[in-house]
Amino acid sequence: MKGSEAIVASLKAAGVDTIFGLPGGVVIPLYDALYDSDIRHYLVRHEQGAAHMADGYARATGKTGVCIATSGPGATNLVTGIANAYMDSSPMVAITGQVRSGLIGTDAFQEADITGITQPIVKHSYLIKDAKEIPRVFKEAFYIASTGRPGPVVIDIPADCQLDEIDYSQPEKIQLLGYKPTLKGNMKQIKAAAKLILSAERPVLYVGGGIVNSGAHKELAELARLLNIPVTTTLMGIGSFPETDKLSLGMLGMHGTGYANYAVTHSDLLIGVGVRFDDRVTGKLETFASGAKKIHIDIDPAEISKNIGIDVPIVGDARGILGELVRELKKARPGKTATRAWNKQVSDWKKKHPLSYEEGESDIAPQHVVEEIYRVTRGNAIICTEVGQNQMWSALFYKHTKPRHFITSGGLGTMGFGFPASIGAKVGQPRKTVIDIAGDGSFQMTIQELATAVNYNIPVVVAILNNQYLGMVRQWQELFWGKRYSNTCIECQPDFARVAEAYGALGMTITDKKDIADAVSTAIKAKKPAVLDFRVRQDENVFPMVPAGKSITEMIGGHK
Amino acid sequence: MKHTLSVLVENKPGVLSRIAGLFARRGFNIDSLAVGITENPDVSRMTITVDGKDHPIEQVTKQLHKLINVIKITDLDPKRTVARELALVKVKSDAHSRGEIMQIAEIFRANILDVGRKTITLEITGTYEKINAIEQLLEPHGIVEIVRTGRIAIERGAK
Ligand SMILES: Cc1ncc(C[n+]2csc(CCOP(=O)(O)OP(=O)(O)O)c2C)c(N)n1
Ligand SMILES: [Mg+2]
Repeated sequence: MKGSEAIVASLKAAGVDTIFGLPGGVVIPLYDALYDSDIRHYLVRHEQGAAHMADGYARATGKTGVCIATSGPGATNLVTGIANAYMDSSPMVAITGQVRSGLIGTDAFQEADITGITQPIVKHSYLIKDAKEIPRVFKEAFYIASTGRPGPVVIDIPADCQLDEIDYSQPEKIQLLGYKPTLKGNMKQIKAAAKLILSAERPVLYVGGGIVNSGAHKELAELARLLNIPVTTTLMGIGSFPETDKLSLGMLGMHGTGYANYAVTHSDLLIGVGVRFDDRVTGKLETFASGAKKIHIDIDPAEISKNIGIDVPIVGDARGILGELVRELKKARPGKTATRAWNKQVSDWKKKHPLSYEEGESDIAPQHVVEEIYRVTRGNAIICTEVGQNQMWSALFYKHTKPRHFITSGGLGTMGFGFPASIGAKVGQPRKTVIDIAGDGSFQMTIQELATAVNYNIPVVVAILNNQYLGMVRQWQELFWGKRYSNTCIECQPDFARVAEAYGALGMTITDKKDIADAVSTAIKAKKPAVLDFRVRQDENVFPMVPAGKSITEMIGGHK
Repeated sequence: MKHTLSVLVENKPGVLSRIAGLFARRGFNIDSLAVGITENPDVSRMTITVDGKDHPIEQVTKQLHKLINVIKITDLDPKRTVARELALVKVKSDAHSRGEIMQIAEIFRANILDVGRKTITLEITGTYEKINAIEQLLEPHGIVEIVRTGRIAIERGAK
């Protein structure tokens, strides 16, 4: 068969039934092979959209997302999406066309060295030199993308390799000499961790995206409830522990809750699981949980002691390790009394420093929109976000209870991610209500994907918290730059409702707070893509806030 | 402290660039790097000398391990390792100084590769320190060019 047919056969062998992409000269053979296949291909309007859709699809389903772009500009348009998947450890295979083998290195038309360009932002990459490599490379790529710490893999395929004839057969085994992720935790270390946990008086579980990736939420809840250990999540960990639980502290860090930041700071044992001690979480490292012993469970050994010293490191898959840890702890038949005083303290902090905002008469507080979305969806929707204030309010004012139901660009902070990600999530979870809580700035970065959503009737809801500002930057200017609002006002903007209608989606503008809930339920029931333009208070800030580089208890605003 | 990392990698295109890129991106400095094939043609060995001063060596090796093409990394223990480097040195010399340079060469067991009207070229193998020492002695004569391979190293004994 032809190389292009071998690609399709390899994709099917990897279990792929959904792809996002946009064709061009050198991938015409591949698209020709797709034409006859039953793989559903979603044609996007910009390749960045394809990458984010594949990413959103992966996060909502746990399966590896796949996107395709042509050589040169098509491939470079994927770059932001690949970097985004890399930073958030999302499994993705990005397929790019390349100029004919003989032309590589000659600055041929639409030639870009995409494996070179993406080298720092991929888990691995391949430049296929011979069509015979196709079955092996695809098998390896999907294996690498989805195992260990997941991440994006790029496969660059020259046009001639798509045309060459090969004898296709699926390789039976994968042989990667240099890739053997550690999954099982070391029992000695697990026992050492159990010992620390049993003797702790003020323990805190600090958990992140690793819980979601490994599907360890049940084991996490079991561990927390066994000894009544309060749980705080990172932005990426949101949904891995129900925020309706009395042990939940919500998110920690720069825009974390006051009580999460106090609890971590005063803890005597910090149990980090699937986290990476990112600067947005720790603030000033020297004061981050400085009185606490630290356990760190992560699948990536390079994360251990990267930013902060660890007393008991355990490398491996969170789910298995937490399961073993619970078994180990149960042997000691622990009571819950050890943490009683600590939980009392935590609940005092919760009462003293609740999240809050001012409600207006009829004007719309952006936080209120998020709360109304929670109320209308009963917390069952998949929430995607853009980046900025909208993202933080979505994290803070919606009570997240399920893993894979909060999809946000954490590590890279990519404006324009949320909307295409929501399309990918809806494709992967068609029965779920999927809502992108957006900023007016971010939405304009990938707004053209409205055509994709309408084209395939993918009924996602975009709820714009329209403050007519690049709000998060404006907030920094207000607080730290003497209110000099340099280039953050974006009042010049389209009428989003009419733009939506022009694309064939539903569009609504909401200016009174009493209309929020109705608009949200109308949009959900519309059974077609919908854009809700909430004209929110323009000068609202995200509080509490820890200024960059300060200790996480040095919060301003939002708490007393 | 200087570390000598002996890194086995798959002999595939782009591997050197992945490794060099990783060092640059993470801010690790490479002092020297030597690459060659091994007894197995599918596997190459890189000998990389790095300074552990600015970055804990553990971070360097862990990050290297994340590269799919990296098979094995050994942080060679200097006490149990023999390390060598090869240098080619071209020195100015005339009839007058030739004798002294040849004497230096003899002491250091350097080979004389080429004798010209105005220069002599020597080949020296040895430790990093030995090569520095001969370089110093030759300096007053005027070094025209020096080419060094970077360090390669192997563990002593049966291992
Ligand atoms: C692609 C990209 N460019 C720039 C930024 C820097 N940035 C972070 S938040 C933000 C403002 C986002 O504005 P908007 O989408 O309206 O969200 P808001 O903060 O107003 O809710 C900007 C410009 C970014 N994160 N991503
Ligand atoms: Mg805005």
